[in-house]
Formats: sequence, C-alpha cells, structure tokens
Amino acid sequence: MTSVLYDAPGPRAKRRNVILSVVFVAVLALVLWWVYKTMDDKGQLEWSLWKPFTQSEAWTTYLLPGLADTLKAAALAMVIALPLGAVLGIARMSDHRWVRGPAAVVVEFFRAIPVLLLMLFANEFFARSTDVSSADRPLYAVVTGLVLYNASVLAEVVRAGILSLPKGQSEAAQAIGLRKSQVMGSILLPQAVTVMLPAIVSQLVVIVKDTALGGVMLGFTELLNSRGTLAANYANVVQSFIVVAIIYIVLNFLLTSFASWLEGRLRRSKRSTGAVLGVDDVDELNAGEVGGTFATGAEK
Amino acid sequence: MFDFISDYDDPTLLGAFWMTVKLTVFSGVGSLIWGTLLAAMRVSPVPLMRWFGTVYVNIVRNIPLTVIIVFTSLGLADIFGVTMGAPDDFALQGFRLAVLGLIAYTAAFVCEALRSGINTVPVGQAEAARALGLNFTQVLSLIVLPQAFRSVIGPLANVLIALTKNTTVAATIGVAEAALLMKEMIENEAQTLLIGAVFAFGFVVLTLPTGLFLNWLSKRLAVKR
Repeated sequence: MTSVLYDAPGPRAKRRNVILSVVFVAVLALVLWWVYKTMDDKGQLEWSLWKPFTQSEAWTTYLLPGLADTLKAAALAMVIALPLGAVLGIARMSDHRWVRGPAAVVVEFFRAIPVLLLMLFANEFFARSTDVSSADRPLYAVVTGLVLYNASVLAEVVRAGILSLPKGQSEAAQAIGLRKSQVMGSILLPQAVTVMLPAIVSQLVVIVKDTALGGVMLGFTELLNSRGTLAANYANVVQSFIVVAIIYIVLNFLLTSFASWLEGRLRRSKRSTGAVLGVDDVDELNAGEVGGTFATGAEK
Repeated sequence: MFDFISDYDDPTLLGAFWMTVKLTVFSGVGSLIWGTLLAAMRVSPVPLMRWFGTVYVNIVRNIPLTVIIVFTSLGLADIFGVTMGAPDDFALQGFRLAVLGLIAYTAAFVCEALRSGINTVPVGQAEAARALGLNFTQVLSLIVLPQAFRSVIGPLANVLIALTKNTTVAATIGVAEAALLMKEMIENEAQTLLIGAVFAFGFVVLTLPTGLFLNWLSKRLAVKR
C-alpha cells in the first residue's frame, strides 16, 4: 500500500514494521493487563456487579426508559430545528440586506454559545415566565437549548447544501422565467434536501450526545441520568458507565453508518447532480467557525 | 442593574471565565499532543497502529463528553482513587480530572483534523518528490508536512472553538467555571435575561476573535490548487 507519506515497503521497511508491531502489541498488552489488574484489585470484576445487566429489570426499569427519553428529546429537537434552520438558512441567502444581516447575526450568535448555557437559560425562563409543570420542564429546556443551537447549525447545512448545487440549475430556472420563490421552492430546495440528508443524519449524533448534558445539569431523566439511579440501586458505578457508554456508541455508530451509506448512495446515484454534504462536513459546521467556507461534495 | 455581579466572589465573574480559559488552554495543549500521536498512528505503515487509532477515534467520538467527564469524577476518582496529585484539594482535583476528560475526548477530533490535512496533499506530490530521489525524511519535511500544516489550521481552529464551548461540561463535576456560575446566578437572581446575555457575551468574546483570526490565517496560508 502506498500513500502520501510512505512508499510500498521494501525488505528493510517490512522488517522494521514487524518489529514495531511486536513492540506495539507488547505495550498494548501491558496497558490492558494493568487495567485488568486495577479493576480486579478494586473488586470491579465481581460477577454480582455485572449480573443486573443480564436480567430484564435493569433494562426495563432504568436503561430503556432513559434511552427512550434520550431519543424523544433528540427527535423533538431535530423535528423542530429542521424547519427553523431551513428558514434561517434561506434568509441568510436573501437578496435583501435587512433579511440577510439579522439572519447571519442570529446564526453566528447561537453557534458561538455553548449549548449548556442555552439549556440553563431556557430552564430558568420556563420556570419563571411560563406555567410548564416542573416535571416537564427539563424536557422543554433540553429541547429548547438543542433547537436554538442546532437550528443555526442546520441553517448553515441548508446554505451549504444549496450553494453546492451547480450554478446552471438556478440559471436555467431563471431562464425559463421562474420567480425567485419558484427557483428556491421548486428547483433548489428539493435537490438540496437530498444533498443535505447525510449531514442531517450525522447532526443527529451531535444532538444525541448533547442530551446527556440535560441529564446531569437539569435532572432530565435521559440515559445518563437513569444510569445514576441504576447505580444507586445496584452499587455498580463503573459497570453502569461501561454499559451506558456502549449503548451510546452503538446508537451513534448506527447513525453514522446510515449517514455514510446515504452519502455513498447519493454520490453514486446518476439522477443527482453529484453534490453531497458529507459526514465530515458536519464537524466543521458545528464549531462555530465565523463566516467560514467549507468544502462541499461538488468540489471534492 | 449589574449590582448583583459583585455579590459573587467565589469565583467572581472574571474568575469563572478565567477558569474557562485555563481549561481551554491546558486541554488544548494536551489534546494537541495526544491527538498528534493518534494521528501518527492512524497514518503509520504498521496496520496494528492504524487499527488502534481508528478504534480509539470511533469509540471516543461516539461517547457524549458528559459521560466521559462525569466518569472521571465518579469512576476514576471515587472508585479507583485517581487523585491527580491533589488528594486534599478537591477544586484542583476536579480541574485536573476535567482536563483529563477533555483531552481524551478532544484528541479524537484533533486526530481527524490532522489526518484530513495530510489527506489533502495529493499523492502525486510525494511521488514526484520520490522520483527526484528525496528520501523519506526529505519527502516528509520538505514536501508533505509544509502543505499539510497549512491546510490543517482551519480544521484545528474549529476544534479549538468547539473545545472552548465544551469546557462548560466541566460544570457537571463542579469545576467553578463560567457555566456553573451562570447556573448559580440565574437561579438566585431575578434578571434572567441579563445574566444570560452577560455569559453569552463572554463566550462570544472568547470564540469570535479566535475564530476570525485563525480563519483569516488559514485562508492566507491555504495552498492554492
């Protein structure tokens, strides 16, 4: 295998690689043995601590309801943030400065602020200014915080999606006499939706991960929060963390794989323009890069 | 209107934001080192190292940062007795644990940013260099890395800004940084909107200039192809 960094290995390089592999395995084994030893010394490998996860009670009472709340908050946030993001994204590309300007300020503002601040603020706002019951408040606050942040990220996704379409699309639409709203509504947006699909699915991973913040800071009964109740009941802190982490990994891995599959399918598809907003593009949009430009599928 | 701010002196408003800055700097440096090591493994010619890098990145990226940070406190410190060299000073211990968690998490993103930077260098560049008779070190130091560094600034700037925002997660284990102070203030004072605006402004001040400067730098240094 040859790459930018190194050529196909010759006999000397092959020998060196074997030695490096052996050393690496030794170091890795040493670390793993040390982890095992520490776990064993602290009595963390006792079967009684792991046993609850093989029985249905731990799942039906704690983990599954927690997971359901995580998914509920994530789904609600996505469903509300998507149309908001579309409106903001399109507004940001408006021909009128008085529409474009405020939309840009809103998008950049909410991307620059940590989502935890938004959640804390929403929680207090709901407590003081509305009559949302205190049982529902954590869910409302978490979803509000997530919507504010993700709508502005999705606005950028929408904008990038529309910009990634070939210029000929809007030019042809204008040439046959469509109005601006028709160009956007019947030509650009429908194509941009397919372009954005993988990016939207990978944004779900970010949302799922951020729900955990609400569990600790606002007492929202999602997966990480129910882990606390579970561990208080079975006294298995380390084990419950490992199981919950695995649940998150599997869930997010499925979402990422689905997004990559969509991306590959769209890239291969003959009907589309070949423009795709990929999984990697989402990382860039989440950081809150100011006035940033990003690679779109069309340019890669 | 701003009277209530002076009621808080442990930490003060500025002190809390200073803690945010400290968290960012320490975890930033740490994750740059660990992330570079991971990236070196991910692009190394040894399949086993590549495998380890890939597994680490894919596992850590898919766990919420909150889970990692809370685990450093409830798991590492409480169960395994990891005191981070500060067994009696709980504030310092919490700070170091948070930095440890942030490094473990952010390094995965640093690794991906570096790897994507190396991947932007066309293979033809290295092939041409090898054809000229340059050896491995020369190819790396004269041709590949100078181009890779330039294209890496933008993605790394994004990681840094995301890290600044992620330091708020340290509030979950009681590190006295900005988000924790905001939680305390907003619960006790009547000026909800004002407090929200003050803390939002603080983060805009922290992230906006960094973002603008690094973005300008990355555009200026970009390799035109």
